[in-house]
Amino acid sequence: MPDFLFEAGVEEIPARMIAAAQADLTERTIALLKEARLVASDYKSTSYSTPRRLAVHISGVLDRQADLEEQLNGPSWKVAFKDDQPTAAAVAFAKKAGVEVDRLVKVTTAKGEYVGATVHRPGLPATDVLAAQMPQLLGSIYWPKNMYWRPGKPERFVRPLQWLLALLGDHVVPVEFGGIRAGRQTFGHRILFGDCPVDVSNISSYLAALESAYVLPEVEARRQRIRKALDAETRNVPGARWREDQSLVDTVTHLTEWPTVLLGSFEPEYLRLPEEVLVTVMRDHQKYFAVEDTSGTLAPHFLTVLNTSVDSAGADIIRHGNERVLRARFNDARFFWDTDQKTPLTGRVEMLKSVTFQRELGSYHAKTEANLRIAVALADGLTASGVSVDEAALLTAVRLAKTDLTAELVKEFTELQGIVGGLYARAQGHGEAVAQAIYSQYMPASADGAIPQTAEGQLLGIADRINTIVDMFAIGLEPTGSKDPFALRRAAIGIIKVLADSGLALGLDQIVDIAIGPRQDNATLKARVVSFLEERLAFYLREVRGFAPSIVTAELASQGGNPAQSIKNRVTDAIGFAEDLTAMRGSEDFLAICAAFKRIRNILKQARDKGEAYPDDFVAGALTAPAEIALAGRLEELQTGFGSMVAERRYREALTLIASLRPQVDAFFESVMVMDPDQAVRRNRLALLSSLLNHFSRIADFSELAAT
Amino acid sequence: MSPETFLRVLGPKAYSVAYAQPSRRPADGRYGENPNRLFKHMQFQVILKPPPADIQKIYLESLVAIGIDLRQHDIKFEEDNWEAPTLNAWGVGWQVMLDGLEITQFTYFQQCGGVDLDPISGEITYGLERIAAFLQDVDSIYDIAWSHDPLVTYRDVRFADELQFSVYNFESADVDKLWQHFRLYEAECQALLTSFNDDFAPRPLHQGEHHDRKHGNLLGEFSHGDDSHSIDRAKDRFPVLPAYDLCLKCSHLFNLLDARGAISVTERVGVIARIRNLAVGVAKAYLAQQAPGQPAEKRT
Repeated sequence: MPDFLFEAGVEEIPARMIAAAQADLTERTIALLKEARLVASDYKSTSYSTPRRLAVHISGVLDRQADLEEQLNGPSWKVAFKDDQPTAAAVAFAKKAGVEVDRLVKVTTAKGEYVGATVHRPGLPATDVLAAQMPQLLGSIYWPKNMYWRPGKPERFVRPLQWLLALLGDHVVPVEFGGIRAGRQTFGHRILFGDCPVDVSNISSYLAALESAYVLPEVEARRQRIRKALDAETRNVPGARWREDQSLVDTVTHLTEWPTVLLGSFEPEYLRLPEEVLVTVMRDHQKYFAVEDTSGTLAPHFLTVLNTSVDSAGADIIRHGNERVLRARFNDARFFWDTDQKTPLTGRVEMLKSVTFQRELGSYHAKTEANLRIAVALADGLTASGVSVDEAALLTAVRLAKTDLTAELVKEFTELQGIVGGLYARAQGHGEAVAQAIYSQYMPASADGAIPQTAEGQLLGIADRINTIVDMFAIGLEPTGSKDPFALRRAAIGIIKVLADSGLALGLDQIVDIAIGPRQDNATLKARVVSFLEERLAFYLREVRGFAPSIVTAELASQGGNPAQSIKNRVTDAIGFAEDLTAMRGSEDFLAICAAFKRIRNILKQARDKGEAYPDDFVAGALTAPAEIALAGRLEELQTGFGSMVAERRYREALTLIASLRPQVDAFFESVMVMDPDQAVRRNRLALLSSLLNHFSRIADFSELAAT
Repeated sequence: MSPETFLRVLGPKAYSVAYAQPSRRPADGRYGENPNRLFKHMQFQVILKPPPADIQKIYLESLVAIGIDLRQHDIKFEEDNWEAPTLNAWGVGWQVMLDGLEITQFTYFQQCGGVDLDPISGEITYGLERIAAFLQDVDSIYDIAWSHDPLVTYRDVRFADELQFSVYNFESADVDKLWQHFRLYEAECQALLTSFNDDFAPRPLHQGEHHDRKHGNLLGEFSHGDDSHSIDRAKDRFPVLPAYDLCLKCSHLFNLLDARGAISVTERVGVIARIRNLAVGVAKAYLAQQAPGQPAEKRT
């Protein structure tokens, strides 16, 4: 059984795309071979990649497909043969099946007698199948961004294709894609080996051939080589280690075919720049690894991963070049830092007047004023809950929070917005609480990132975001469809995440009220913002916390009462309640009640559709059947307890209480006919059911949880 | 973006060009105080349409040709996809890193002026100051030797520009006047494009359709002739190239306003869209003017 080796040579593939494309190529190739019945059950697959190639190697490929005997059924016998003579229908079927008419047989099935033919399908050679199908397979590899390169735009790929290698055993498979015909040649390292092809005489020599051409196609081997080389180079600095950074190791693994590592240094004077700045420059801008001492303090060194191997003279040149670039970058940063210190943050508050936040909404200065009002009100709202907020620090932090937008360092390193403000606040003696709050105001960076550690930072982040959301909604710039140019959805998730993780006793309703403040037309505005936040809460519960969609829908569809007291108003309540609902789904009684609620909902809807006008409340004295009297009695009995359980956030107990209604509900449906011919009886029963449904739907729409 | 690039990448004709050009980015000005950052830097720009299959190899050989021994350096092609939203142009490609220094922007243009390109172009943009500083091993761009004997440095030639334009761009440019200029150039460009469309768009004007025909007189006698020859001559002499100049002026004014901090995040989107409209209009007009089979081609 031969092996199949396929390699696509490409101009440098973006590092971030390689791993997924390698997996995609492998899976698709295996699927193709399986689909074509061309692979043994004990096949093995290996795959490779470098920036300039994707390759897959499958062992246990069959030379050709097995022949197939296929039974085809045609028209009914009566139509195909009249008086034992074949009709036109028989001739047509025989032609379609590729057999002579006299080879047609009678097939008897349960439905009657039909014409049948046994068709012999000879298997195709694997080479033919692969040559025919690999081009389309290559073309369907998924790339986040691809391109055309040939005139007439016949195909797209991530970058222009350079060569193809396709071997089945010792033979070339003539795959053709992108104007290139596959051969048995690959290419080595562009500089170290030069621009001449490398013959792969047989598949087993592929790795060795590439290695002798200075290419390590095994990703894991390259990763290990890089890690070892990082370790080895770092040993030149006594007591130092390189700062672990898996994603950077990944990136440089996919940026190199033949990696080596060089240690470089920078002047220790740059260490007076904050570590955040130094690491951002090294990691994000230069893809260098930082070096630290055993206590984790940065050392004046860096490690760069080369895609080449050089002698010591070359190493000196490359080190010198990289050090020069890094020095220039650090110089920029220091220049900005020093320039920025000439105007302290307090002196920049006024400058915010000329930094436009949004044309209709004014400057960041105006936004800061509003942020102040909101942050103070939020802090006041917390006094009862016993959270201690350093109000003076909060006020200073909010006042200075946006001033780093005027700083040169932030203009240069926009990803350090907030962080730079925090660092400047610390350097300018504003104290730790202020510095921390400013530093962490944009946290969490994502739905699973960490939130600010201090209450001041949390409140600053909430105030800033809710202010933006309300302001944008007020001028009609809310997100629509896939468009969310001001990232309001992310801002809302930020608020929800901070509330969830901090447990701050603030309701969504309350936050929106505070942010709207003295604005006009606040009833519709409030409704729109609250419903937006609730929709985001549903997203958070589903996508971030992993609750079942039906749980989230049930919870979010609760029928209000006072919105400020509803469960979905407090993020922590909403999470706790979703957990309780999830747990209750294990209770048969509870599920039965949910099903009953769904039934009630349908009955009421049908009745309303028929124009049945039933009152909101039932008349207890007018109930007649024992089961309905019992149900009404039980409802009466539970009401007070249920109300206090909800008020005291004892949701699990409240749900258990609801589940305990099952015997009465079951009995009611077993023995009572709701749609009684007597109108008064019928309407009273509908009112009873409606009352039952409305009462408990205050906390969730339980009908959503009924099994379907 | 130079018309030599923006316009020449449009259309089906093979075309290759290389030229040096200044690139002005007002926001990058540093008053001549930053050794690595300039308001105006020089690029050597290469357009290869369509790109040859060995374009990367040719590029690497160009580095060897200016004295870089690739065996003694570390060179990487790292993903960097170029995009110019004001011109509705984008491509995919790399930044070429030489010992950690970005020396070249390498782009396969896919779209320009909103037009899907076929064939596409390969664009190679060499950053001349960086390469010169690298070759001369100086830490500051201002220390680059511009010429020898007598020694003239980059500082001698360019420092005053950097200082004075930084002052103007950041401090003294009159924002209101910049907006006025912007609107004037925009209106002028738009008027040209409207005239072009009215006269040469491949559709009859609707009854009663009327535009401000500010530039109608440009067409002179030819605009009234009804034989195709005079229409084609009128089309050839129509100032599409100046329309692109006007569009570029808008683009530069936008950058100036941006450097002055006069454009908010939200306004940005709208202003960019206005310039993009002009760029798209110019690209369409240019293609219509160049349309194959027209006398412009036959007569040359």
